[in-house]
Amino acid sequence: MFISYLLSGISLGAIYALIALGYTMVYGIAKMLNFAHGDVIMVGGYIAFTISVTLGADGWIALLGSIIFCTLLGITIERVAYKPLRGASKLSVLITAIGVSYLLQNVALLIFGSASRNFQALIVVPSVEIGSVTIPGNTILTIGVSVVIMIVLTLFINKSSAGSAMLAVSEDKGAAQLMGVNVNKTISLTFAIGSGLAAVAGILMCTQYPNIGPYTGQMPGIKAFIAAVFGGIGSIPGAMLGGIAIGVIENLSKAYISTQLSDAITFAILIIMLLVKPTGILGKKLNEKV
Amino acid sequence: MALLEVKDLEVSYGVIKAIKGISFEVNRGEIIALIGANGAGKTTTLHAISGLIPIAGGSIEFDGKDLAKVPAHERVMHGMAQVPEGRRIFSQLSVWKNLMLGAYTRKDKDGIEKDLEEVFHRFPRLKERRGQIAGTLSGGEQQMLAMGRALMSKPAIMLMDEPSMGLSPLLVTEIFDIIKSINESGTTVLLVEQNARKALAIANRAYVLETGRIILSGDADKLMNDDSVRKAYLGES
Ligand SMILES: Nc1ncnc2c1ncn2[C@@H]1O[C@H](COP(=O)(O)OP(=O)(O)O)[C@@H](O)[C@H]1O
Ligand SMILES: [Mg+2]
Repeated sequence: MFISYLLSGISLGAIYALIALGYTMVYGIAKMLNFAHGDVIMVGGYIAFTISVTLGADGWIALLGSIIFCTLLGITIERVAYKPLRGASKLSVLITAIGVSYLLQNVALLIFGSASRNFQALIVVPSVEIGSVTIPGNTILTIGVSVVIMIVLTLFINKSSAGSAMLAVSEDKGAAQLMGVNVNKTISLTFAIGSGLAAVAGILMCTQYPNIGPYTGQMPGIKAFIAAVFGGIGSIPGAMLGGIAIGVIENLSKAYISTQLSDAITFAILIIMLLVKPTGILGKKLNEKV
Repeated sequence: MALLEVKDLEVSYGVIKAIKGISFEVNRGEIIALIGANGAGKTTTLHAISGLIPIAGGSIEFDGKDLAKVPAHERVMHGMAQVPEGRRIFSQLSVWKNLMLGAYTRKDKDGIEKDLEEVFHRFPRLKERRGQIAGTLSGGEQQMLAMGRALMSKPAIMLMDEPSMGLSPLLVTEIFDIIKSINESGTTVLLVEQNARKALAIANRAYVLETGRIILSGDADKLMNDDSVRKAYLGES
C-alpha cells in the first residue's frame, strides 16, 4: 500500500515540479514572482480539451498544440504586462501578475463557462503490475514525461549557449550584457519555457484528475510555488526536489493522517521551512562580494 | 582616426548630472588612464561607453561608428570588452564557464579554443582552477578571471574599471604588469583608476576627472610631474 501511495505522490509531485520550474526560472531570471503562472496550466488544459474533445484531434496533437499555445501566451504576457514594468517596484509587478491571473481566469470563464468539463485522457498508457502492486498508466506516464523533461532541461541549461545566457542573466544582468547576452530575449525564452512546461503539467494533471474548470490552475499553482520556495527559489534542481517532496508529503498525509488536513500540512511545512531555512533546501546563499 | 572618441558626453542619474560634458579620445594601441577620486564619475563614463547606462547628451564613436543606436549587448561584437568595477564575475559558475561567457558572441570554435589557451598561458592559476566555482577564487584570481573573460571576446579595446581595487600591493603590481602586456600584444586599453601613480606609470596619456568634468589631460609622464596632480592624486604635499 505504502508503495502505491508513494508512487502516486511522486507522480503528483512531478506535476508540481514541472510547474515549480516555471516559477523558479522566471524568478531567477526576471526576479519576479509570476502569480499568473498557475493559470497557464488551466489554459493549457482547456486548449488540449478543445483540440481533442471539441475538434476531435489526436491526443498528441492536442498536447503539441497546447504547448505551442501556452509558450506564445507566456511570451505575450511577459511582453505586454511585465516588460513595461522592468525597474518598477516589486509590488507593482506583483499586483500586475495577480491582475493577469484574474484576467486569464475570467477569459476562461467567459469562453468555457463556470461548470467544469470532463477531460478525457489524451494519452493512454496501460498499467503495470509488479508483484502485488499495480502502477496505474497515468502514474507511469507522468513520472516518465517529467523525468525526460527534467533531464532535457538540465542539459539545456548547463550545456547550451542559451542556457549559459540564462545562468549569466540570473546572476548579474549588467555583466551578462557585457558578455553580449540579449537580456530581453533571455527573459522571453524563460517565459516561453516556463509556460510550455506549465502546459505539459496541465495536461498531465487533467489526465490524472479528469476535469477542468477556470480555477483549476489555482491550487496546483500555489502548491508549486510552495515547492519552489521549499527547494530554494531560483534553483532548478531545488524546484524538482521541492515539487516531488510536496507531492509525496501531500499524498502520504492524505493516506495516513487526514484528507482534510493535507493542504494545511503542506502549508505548515512551508512556514516551518521559511523559519528554519529561508533560502530553501538548495537555495543559494546570498553572494558575498569580495 | 581615434578608436574611441567621446564628445561632450553627459550622463544623469535622475536629476543629478554625474557627467557634465566630457570629451576625450583613445587611439589604437594606447593605454589611456582616466583618474579621479571616488565619485568623480569614472565608472559612469565606462558604463556609458559600454551602454549599461543611457547617455543624456553628446556622442560616443567607436571605430568610426556612432554607438547611440547600438544596444549594450551588441557592443562586444564591435570589439569592446569591459572589466567591470568589483569584477562582477559569475560567482556561481565555474571558471571555465565564465571564460566561455566571455566568448558568448563568437562562433569560431577554433579561435575560441586558441584564445582560451592564450588566457590560460597568461593566467596559469585560472587553468589550474578551471573547474572550480568562480566565487571560491581569491580576490586576485577573480580579477584575473574578469580580465581573462574580457580577453575571450578578442576585444579591440578593454575598458578596465579599478582593476587594483582591494588587492595587496604585490598583486597590484602583478595586475598592472599584465595590463601592460595585454596592451603590448595589441589591445587598446582605457584604464580607470584611483591608484593614479600606478596608472600613470603604464599609461601613454591620461585625463583627470573631477565631479563629472575633465580638469586636466596630457601625457602621463607630464601629469606625473604636475604639481596639482602630485598634490591631489599622488598624495604628495
Ligand atoms: N546608480 C546611481 N544612482 C544615482 N547616483 C549614482 C549612481 N551611480 C553613481 N552615482 C553618482 O554618480 C557620481 C559618479 O559616480 P561613479 O561614476 O560611480 O564614480 P567613480 O567611479 O569615479 O567613483 C557619484 O556622485 C555617484 O554618487
Ligand atoms: Mg567607480
